[in-house]
Amino acid sequence: MIKSYKLRRGLANTIIYVLLALLGIIWVSPLAYLIIQSFSADPEAIPQTLLPASFGFDNYAKLFTETSSLNFPRWYINTFIIACFSCVISTISVLMVAYAFSRLRFKSRKKFINIGMILGMFPGFMTMIAIYYLLKAMQILDAKQILGIPGFDGPILSLIICYSSGAGLGFQISKGFFDTIPRALDEAATIDGATRNQIFWKIILPMSKPIVVYTVLTSFIGPWTDFILAKIIAGDKVDNYTVAIGLQKMIDVDHKNTWFKRFLAGSVLVAVPVTALFLKMQNYYVEGVTAGGVKG
Amino acid sequence: MRYIDYMQLNPFQKFGYNFTQFFKKLPGNLARFFKFLGRAIVHFFVAIGKGIAGYGKRFVKGDIFVKISYLFFGVSNMVRGQIIKGLIFLLTEAAYICFMIFFAWNYISKINVLGTAVVGGVEKKIPHSLGYVAKVEVFEDGFPVTKFVDDSMLILLYSVLTIVVSIIFFAIYIANTKSAYKVCEAKKNGEAIPGFKAEIKSFFDEKFHITLMSLPCLLIGCFTVLPLIFMILIAFTTYDKSHLPPGNLFQWAGLNNFGELVNFAGGDAKARTFLDLAGWTIIWAIFATFSNYILGMIVALMINKKGIKLKALWRTLFVVVVAVPQFVSLLLMAQILAENGGALNQLIEMITGSHTPIKFLNGTALSARITVIIVNIWVGIPYTILITSGILMNIPADLYESATIDGAGPVKSFTKITLPYMLFVTTPYLITSFIGNINNFNVIYLLTGGGPSNPDYYNAGYTDILVTWLFNLTMGEKQDYKLAAAIGILVFIVCATLSLITFNLTKSAKDEEAFS
Repeated sequence: MIKSYKLRRGLANTIIYVLLALLGIIWVSPLAYLIIQSFSADPEAIPQTLLPASFGFDNYAKLFTETSSLNFPRWYINTFIIACFSCVISTISVLMVAYAFSRLRFKSRKKFINIGMILGMFPGFMTMIAIYYLLKAMQILDAKQILGIPGFDGPILSLIICYSSGAGLGFQISKGFFDTIPRALDEAATIDGATRNQIFWKIILPMSKPIVVYTVLTSFIGPWTDFILAKIIAGDKVDNYTVAIGLQKMIDVDHKNTWFKRFLAGSVLVAVPVTALFLKMQNYYVEGVTAGGVKG
Repeated sequence: MRYIDYMQLNPFQKFGYNFTQFFKKLPGNLARFFKFLGRAIVHFFVAIGKGIAGYGKRFVKGDIFVKISYLFFGVSNMVRGQIIKGLIFLLTEAAYICFMIFFAWNYISKINVLGTAVVGGVEKKIPHSLGYVAKVEVFEDGFPVTKFVDDSMLILLYSVLTIVVSIIFFAIYIANTKSAYKVCEAKKNGEAIPGFKAEIKSFFDEKFHITLMSLPCLLIGCFTVLPLIFMILIAFTTYDKSHLPPGNLFQWAGLNNFGELVNFAGGDAKARTFLDLAGWTIIWAIFATFSNYILGMIVALMINKKGIKLKALWRTLFVVVVAVPQFVSLLLMAQILAENGGALNQLIEMITGSHTPIKFLNGTALSARITVIIVNIWVGIPYTILITSGILMNIPADLYESATIDGAGPVKSFTKITLPYMLFVTTPYLITSFIGNINNFNVIYLLTGGGPSNPDYYNAGYTDILVTWLFNLTMGEKQDYKLAAAIGILVFIVCATLSLITFNLTKSAKDEEAFS
């Protein structure tokens, strides 16, 4: 009896190993294809075989040298600038709101939290098109070289505004973290004569390094992965594209026949840093998704 | 069931009991929610009444300077030594009046008709700019001439802005009357009146929340709330390609746009498209949500099963797909599935030797829809694994053990133990991801772009869901903004209702825990 039980378990485990291996291959093979083909040095523009016959760095090199029609380095810099600015602004506003809701007690605090949660539940998609008109009417969208800085055009500023403006609504995770810091610390500091401003900067923030890192990383990754808002805002101003819409441009009807492999190379260049950052913070990510969404 | 009976149940029966209770209580919870809504409305009006009473009381009780402050801001503060604070109030008033006279009035006075002056119309000859809101360059006899015309879009946008600014101004006005009365009372009672420096200091201590909240609130107000109001209003106008300001104007249209969308009997392409796409959106959301949820859970169970080694490796294999930016993996998938030169077709050719490529994404409606759902499984399962792994580990192991002893196979213990438990715990997550799928723009747009296209539809294809249709209507050839806004509102209402139910459920669940 015991023997057959062991046998059965062994059989079950073997089946599971086979299934997992099979699924693993299915899940990873498209990405493997992406990486392998990006190093292809075959003469054909679009790969005709699953594995290239010769390898080289041609596609990557061309991405940075042939920039006359589609300027990938510039898109990369655009995205980097947008990501940096919106990262700073979002982090500050998230932490400020979270601290106010977690540590300060004021009139209609609960109401604000509820309004914030409900607003945060609405899909951002609905407001995007209206934001487009708004920025257009404010004459931000079509501006060139804001403050005289070359390359700092309207769409870039618009995207920074868009990515960072709603950030305050994502206060829940940080608030949850602040809630776990003992209030006795605040009280002790208050007795010593610290103002709430000083408590925020000198006590709470230094103790919240993990959550600060998490907020910085998420808001930095956001602009690299967002597609639709950038598409609406940048429209046909190719110079102001971010990498997401730029890469899509590379495989549209007009470009696919020459740019396909460079599209693969560009995708690798975008995916590698983002993947690395994400894997670094994946545990926080789970907490973030489940914070408002799972009971128990 | 009494508490003592409940305690005697085994854990599984407890879950079952809670699970049924959850749905039994749903109507009650909903009723409670609407009661709560009613109470909130009553509270709102009571608060307004109290506000008006306080406003009157302060006017009657205050001295002459307080009364003057009701018209000229900050006078009471200035008389009592708070010069800078008073001046700030006064300047705010002056700024608001200037804003209204020189800027806002132009727009808000035309809100009822959204503008009359157009190029080529009678009014184009009026040479000055006051009262007209946009400049256009037109050619007359070969020379460029600047004309001043109305722009319905700007009228609408700035009118909304004006209303928001006015509400903020009203709040400042009330704060001003309160402050005026407060210093008056303080003076009467011989209390010390804080100087400007002390007031500033208080914004870093007891009023620190105002300092922290004002900037985020301003940003959210400008770029979340204001666009929302604006978009809602657009749905009630005639704004589209043939009413494009500043060359043309648009007007209020009442409920016409909604009427067009639901006019199913009229045989109109718009109504037909709406009905079909709404149906597909629901089917898509159900399939996308539940296929990911159940299959993801099965894979997570396999990875976490006792005796399976290399757990970290298996997990990472899947999580990498989450980590890669979604647009990269979706654009890549679209290329792999392509008819000409797609990797999957090459693979099939290698294995079977057939030379007719399969049209995954651009064949029939059915094949495209199935492909989209399958690719979504590829994209979505890793998310489910990531999120459910932790919860799956929390299911008491003795439940499975006793089930095995009773002779239940893996399938039975999945459907009878895992699924009910997980459904109970993650209902809010399910609803959230259902909403996410209704709005799942990326998967559809980046994979098929809505295609294969259907000539009978109004600017849409077979795999278009409502939000991608909305996007095409605005950004594509048609430029049918009014219809897009109307669709947006309808989707918004559905999502908002679901969101509110989730919110209510999560809240009531937490309350229940506090109760026990």
